[in-house]
Amino acid sequence: MLFVGNAKNCLIHPNILLAKYPANLLIQNPVSKELPSKKEHVGKLGYSYRRKIHERFIESILFLSALLSVVIMMAIIVMLVKESVVFFKHVSIWEFLTDTQWTPLFDDAHYGILPLVAGTVVSSVVALLVALPLGTIIAIYLSEFAPFAVREVAKPFLELLGGIPTVVYGYFALLFVTPLLQMIFPELPGFSLLSAGLVMGIMIIPYVSSMTEDAMRAVPMQLREGSYAMGATRFQTAIRVVTPAAFSGIAAAYILGISRAVGETMVVAIAAGMQPNLTWNPMEPAATITAYIVQVSLGDLPHGSVGYQTIFAAGLTLLLITLIFNIIGHQLRKRYREIY
Amino acid sequence: MQENAAINRYKSEVKNLSFYYGTFNALKNIDMVLHDKKITALIGPSGCGKSTFLRCYNRMHDLYPGNRYEGDIVLYPDNVNILSPKVDPIEVRMRISMVFQKPNPFPKSIYENVAYGLRVRGIKQRAILDEKIEDALRNAALWNEVKDRLNHLAFNLSGGQQQRLCIARALATNPEILLFDEPTSALDPIATASIEELIADLKDKVTILIVTHNMQQAARVSDYTAFMYLGELIEFGETDDIFIKPKNKQTEDYITGRFG
Repeated sequence: MLFVGNAKNCLIHPNILLAKYPANLLIQNPVSKELPSKKEHVGKLGYSYRRKIHERFIESILFLSALLSVVIMMAIIVMLVKESVVFFKHVSIWEFLTDTQWTPLFDDAHYGILPLVAGTVVSSVVALLVALPLGTIIAIYLSEFAPFAVREVAKPFLELLGGIPTVVYGYFALLFVTPLLQMIFPELPGFSLLSAGLVMGIMIIPYVSSMTEDAMRAVPMQLREGSYAMGATRFQTAIRVVTPAAFSGIAAAYILGISRAVGETMVVAIAAGMQPNLTWNPMEPAATITAYIVQVSLGDLPHGSVGYQTIFAAGLTLLLITLIFNIIGHQLRKRYREIY
Repeated sequence: MQENAAINRYKSEVKNLSFYYGTFNALKNIDMVLHDKKITALIGPSGCGKSTFLRCYNRMHDLYPGNRYEGDIVLYPDNVNILSPKVDPIEVRMRISMVFQKPNPFPKSIYENVAYGLRVRGIKQRAILDEKIEDALRNAALWNEVKDRLNHLAFNLSGGQQQRLCIARALATNPEILLFDEPTSALDPIATASIEELIADLKDKVTILIVTHNMQQAARVSDYTAFMYLGELIEFGETDDIFIKPKNKQTEDYITGRFG
């Protein structure tokens, strides 16, 4: 920032200079720290240890930053697996996967993950039924139809929608959407997967639309012109040329949306109720995997008890579900990667 | 009587055409004709307005805001000004097709690329599509190379094949005028030769307007040549006349390589 005037003439990016020299040095006398003049180099062609070390230093910083994310990911997996192993010593994997009741806190404890998975799937499906179509339509409009002025206003508003804290969405679902839905469906209970899913869908729209729009806008203008030159309308061009050309980006946006829906916690914890309930009916209340983890984490179960250990098994299940979606997304992207 | 005869020979007539990108005057008072079933080449240095002129012909400029046409491009036999706001640009593009500088196949199969214009026009019957696609690919000298892999993705073709595919795509809808915007500038010499040969063969079927940077190409393929400079049409005439005895000093300087 201090370097604005000088940065244009500078061959090295100012950030790198800042990494190399203390900032206060640069403030005092930026000019003296410019590249050595040409004269000094005459007759000195050869190996520059200084540059080599400098480059190595930058490289290792970049490498370590990349490594950090991998290490954290591994640490999370190791922790989840280790704690889950303790849990699976008490409860067989078979029981975990097939039992239809999840009552680890009761005297008659059952450890079947299915009710939680069902809650997660139902709320996610409701959310995605809202977010994917709407997000895609919004993206097509913004990328292919909207005049410049509309796009400049609409995009920040959409992104604002994504910036609202999820707990606000949760109460919005519980106190506004649920009563609204009860006017249409009077038998709807105060907590329901439907209400939580709908609001979650609204919450996910900006993620889907923003990434989808970016993917569509990255489609080269030549392709659109090729379509228009054949006599196609704007809509035909958007649907038949731009959308397939942006497919890998759109697939990535959908996968991100699915992962968000599956992993979303606050909205479902507040608006869907916390009762594990094996149901495929969105009109009923039910707990999701995430809601259950919140419930136990905040509760007073002693660490190390089987009840407490359940959250790690649940967390591992959640991680596996999102991992599967990410792999599918990766495969789709590889198959349909853009070639231009 | 004589005027009618002239009109029969012309596919289109450009009358006092000017074009503005916002306030920038890119084309200045151009008067020209397109002879029916002939090849007309547009030559001139970069930025002289050749492509801008070409893109007036299929109203491509309508896609971007702030562009403005003045004057007429009259299309025969309709005797209609295709630049008129009353004319739907899509109607124009249905009859005047275009091949671009860089091959731009759609992310679809070879078959669907050629079928695109037909599908846009609402043709769905498989038999008609099959027939028209085979015709177009044969006319674009591509049929023998792709007939066994019509369902493969068009991106897998070589650059020259992709450009011939784009020509086939444009031919499939039987356009009256075919516009070429430097169609060989992204291709190697062998692919260029095959495209030039193809363009020469097409002139029995369609009126062709081609923009080219390459003067030899203009001399080789075209019947008429227009030399443009700084948005103006400097000289227009039969290709042999333009290249052997240009009337204008600027034309002569350009084609002898003194500038441009």
